[in-house]
Amino acid sequence: MPLEARIRRSVPQPPIYNNPQVRAAFYQVALLAAVLCLGYAVFTNARDNLAARHIASGFGFFENTAGFGVNQSLISYSETDTYGRVFIVGLLNTLLVAAVGIVFATVVGFIVGIARLSNNWLLARFAAAYVEVIRNLPLLFQILFWYLAVLGALPAPRRSISLFDVVFLSNRGIIVPRPMLGSGAGIVIGSMVMAIAMAFVLHILAERRRSATGRKSPSLPIRIGLIVAPPLVALAVWGIPITLEWPELRGFNFVGGDRIIPEFVALVVALIIYTASFIAEIVRAGLLAVPRGQVEAAYSLGLRPAAALRLIVVPQALRVIIPPLTSQYLNLTKNSSLAVAIGYPDFFAVFAGTTLNQTGQAIEIIAITMGVYLAISLVTSLLMNWYNARVGSVKW
Amino acid sequence: MSHVTAPRAFVRTTLITPKSAPRSSMGVLVRMRQRLFAGWLSAGLTIALLSLIFFTLPALVRFLLIDAVWTGTDREACDPMKVGHAVGACWPFIAAKFAQLICGFYPADQRWRVTVVFAVAVALLAPLLAPNLPYKRANMLAFFGVFPVLAVGLLRGGFFGLPSVETQLWGGLLVTLVIAVTGIVASLPLGIVLALGRRSPLPIVRILSIVFIEFWRGVPLITVLFFATYMLPLFLPNRWTVDALLRALIGVVLFSAAYMAEVVRGGLQAIPRAQFESAMALGLGYWQMTGLVILPQALRLVIPGIVNTFIGLFKDTTLVLIVAIFDFLGQLRAAFADPNWATPTTLFTGFAFAGFVYFCFCFAMSRYSQFIERRVEVGRQR
Repeated sequence: MPLEARIRRSVPQPPIYNNPQVRAAFYQVALLAAVLCLGYAVFTNARDNLAARHIASGFGFFENTAGFGVNQSLISYSETDTYGRVFIVGLLNTLLVAAVGIVFATVVGFIVGIARLSNNWLLARFAAAYVEVIRNLPLLFQILFWYLAVLGALPAPRRSISLFDVVFLSNRGIIVPRPMLGSGAGIVIGSMVMAIAMAFVLHILAERRRSATGRKSPSLPIRIGLIVAPPLVALAVWGIPITLEWPELRGFNFVGGDRIIPEFVALVVALIIYTASFIAEIVRAGLLAVPRGQVEAAYSLGLRPAAALRLIVVPQALRVIIPPLTSQYLNLTKNSSLAVAIGYPDFFAVFAGTTLNQTGQAIEIIAITMGVYLAISLVTSLLMNWYNARVGSVKW
Repeated sequence: MSHVTAPRAFVRTTLITPKSAPRSSMGVLVRMRQRLFAGWLSAGLTIALLSLIFFTLPALVRFLLIDAVWTGTDREACDPMKVGHAVGACWPFIAAKFAQLICGFYPADQRWRVTVVFAVAVALLAPLLAPNLPYKRANMLAFFGVFPVLAVGLLRGGFFGLPSVETQLWGGLLVTLVIAVTGIVASLPLGIVLALGRRSPLPIVRILSIVFIEFWRGVPLITVLFFATYMLPLFLPNRWTVDALLRALIGVVLFSAAYMAEVVRGGLQAIPRAQFESAMALGLGYWQMTGLVILPQALRLVIPGIVNTFIGLFKDTTLVLIVAIFDFLGQLRAAFADPNWATPTTLFTGFAFAGFVYFCFCFAMSRYSQFIERRVEVGRQR
């Protein structure tokens, strides 16, 4: 008998229930069993309750006629359309709010964040006051404030406030000229998009060449030419295909033009102002996180302040800024569901609100709603993680 | 023979005229020039902001104080036509709706119960927040353990001759605070368990914790409230009826537990490895190590994070108005609908008051969190 085994036999072994591996396995199996039991109880309860209340189950309701109107839609929609179409209309409205909100909140947030670090004492105090006040008021309070107190207090369309007779503000919303696309518009717009894409590619190539060889390519004039020339040619050939339809006051309301509903304006303005105050703090922290020595080193290498900011400070600050910025973007998207409080037809309001009310299929609808928001969260954080890995891979 | 050359040196025979003293880099005027008028852009901004102050501040003061109406019984008092001049804030509106804003539709003769609960809460919370006072453990037990039971008992009533008050009648600031405090008190232990689970070496425990945390963090609070309001009753046995406020509370607790777990995890990650290793070297088991060595340090580190979560939760309680629970903001909205007080300035008055209340709460809490953060930092630097 080998020595080791003999020793093991002679020494009293701890009981099996004290073996760490056995314990770990036992705890995990017990936890899993508890979760499964809970899941089974939930399942049977739900089945019984649905049967008792005569609620249909399944996803057949997507094919049924919705029968309610939606006051803002990016795609054509009428009351005779199905719940499936309502789902898409709402989703597009949510994405619209999120996109507009994210872009402007980022711009405002960066401006305020930089202003807080300004040398100008008054400007810094203003930015600080903005951040303190806005961050400490609930978002729903702010949405209701903009909707009820500010936009609700605007005059009726007849006496609407006009900005240079182009844009009209009233309690029915904001009336703006509507761009009308004539024939050839697609070609002009397409050529512009193409030109911008080509200019972008050229820029990347020029930058690559510069970092490889150190020689600067004269890409800027070429890029400007690329962006300007094709649309001009297209315009010359097809004429100006985009005309504006001007709004005109007739009787009690406007004819022509596009109406931006007040719910959208209130929601977006509140989201932008609220989220910008958080982004401002993130930006400030990011800029302060770059060690002072980095700027001094840049100056001693002969960089000018603007170049030092662009090439040294901002790239390093971005590494600190991006992870929390991502979560602010996600917060904005999730917070856009507060639209339901003022009746903006976002995804949550039309789907978990009206559709749930009409069909009563709470389980399916709330599960889908949660799934959609989870998917949006997941996609955003994946994108931002990818960007973060590109920008933030080097540690100082 | 050396021959003496003419001296190359130049010796001045007259004094240089003295330079004027360098421009002072101290003093109010110089500081103003540096901090307000450093360049064209800076000067322009300063002037623009000054004119902004000049135009808005007097208007604000006029609206809130000078032109404001202070007494009255209904909208006539705040009607510019009746009063004869421009009317600012309509404070009698707040006075008339004050009880409703604070306790909702709680019966008027029972409101002393709300007052008692508020008073006890302040009496227990104030010494808890002051860092240097003794008996922290007993105090915490009183506030987190005894007080919630006592408060719910007193508010609901139904025993010792106290008339029962259904939770549908609760409202206003009372409901806001009930939800926020319950959310924090209940989500803290749950969050600690989840955070420990997420760092557990047992894979199933870890995966379940991660799924739970990321799921609730990935969805908006409003979907969680809808889940609790419409979906939860379907998941429970048929004979259980759950009160609407309790359902909302369950949703809020699940939601904030996920956020709390991430805060606590931050604290756990900040504890140096040596602390774990020395605890194990001393022969402590997992629970002893966690309870005696790790958590006391980690939780102290994350007090600011917990306060910040509480601020977020306090602001988020406003969302319950969407599932028809009338919190402070919900009561305000209901008060706006009263035709008795329909005046042009009612809305602005209401928002000014509610904004002031929310701001005071949140601002005080965020300052407290910063104060604790500085103390924690000092403690760690030693």
